[in-house]
Amino acid sequence: MNFAIDWMMLFFCAFAAMTLFSALCVVFSKNPVYAVLSLVLCFVSMAGGWMLLQAEFLSLVLIVVYVGAVMVLFLFVVMMLNMNLAPMQEGFARYLPIGLLIGACFVAQLLWIFHGSDLTALGLGHLPKKPEDYSSITELGMSLYTHYIYPVEMAGVILLVAIIAAIGLSLRPPRDRRSQNIPEQVRVRKSERLTVLAEVTPDSPLNMGERNAQN
Amino acid sequence: MLKIEYYLFLSSAIFGIAALGIAINRKNLISLLMCIELMLLAVNTNFVAFSRFLDQATGEVFVFFVLTVAAAEAAIGLAIVVALFRQRQSINVEDFSDLKG
Repeated sequence: MNFAIDWMMLFFCAFAAMTLFSALCVVFSKNPVYAVLSLVLCFVSMAGGWMLLQAEFLSLVLIVVYVGAVMVLFLFVVMMLNMNLAPMQEGFARYLPIGLLIGACFVAQLLWIFHGSDLTALGLGHLPKKPEDYSSITELGMSLYTHYIYPVEMAGVILLVAIIAAIGLSLRPPRDRRSQNIPEQVRVRKSERLTVLAEVTPDSPLNMGERNAQN
Repeated sequence: MLKIEYYLFLSSAIFGIAALGIAINRKNLISLLMCIELMLLAVNTNFVAFSRFLDQATGEVFVFFVLTVAAAEAAIGLAIVVALFRQRQSINVEDFSDLKG
């Protein structure tokens, strides 16, 4: 028997199965830490799936930025809040049939569109062959910095706004830390800082300068 | 060989699972945020698949920006969760149902 293994299909099935399994773990897991770690696994396996589509840069960005930053942030928050999970899980069995119906409706709608459309006529029938030296990051970079330069700048502004918002929301006021209150310091008057003990006149005994000059 | 239907089925399945997750975990704020991230993953997969099969870079560019905005939104959403937790000591959505601060 001489059969060749279709490696792409094999890897695709492996990544897809892992993604679907970990997505189900995210939804049905009772422990929030397990749910976040399952979401991490979901993203990593999906990044593998994207690698099969020759979007190498995006799959690595997914792992570095999304998993490495956003999911770690989720993990920090989940571990920081000690959550009382019992009252939140009480509606599980009640909403499960409705949830399955909603999920099935979403999937059915999307599948109906895919089956109804003639994919070959839209040019989606086959996988186009990329040149040998195809580099996804080069194509992406050429697009981003020429045609889409304005959205790149806007993305930078969005990230800045997100930083300011996140810090503004979670920064605690200094309670047992010493800090300055600049308006209060500016409002200070001379009488609050300066106390006149005695006035030095030429006749007073405190006048040392005259006596030194006479000697 | 890969066909686009496989990736479209995969992304709709993930989207459906995320919708199921929102319907089930409707009281847990962190679970809701995680299901939103799953939905964004499904949509991004769709974009990348179409970008590959239509031989255009536009889909990947869009995924780039969706990743940026999703990261910003996750950060702000978690900051809101932390601030709410400090006020009410709970992440049950029902405890935040009145509009008083």
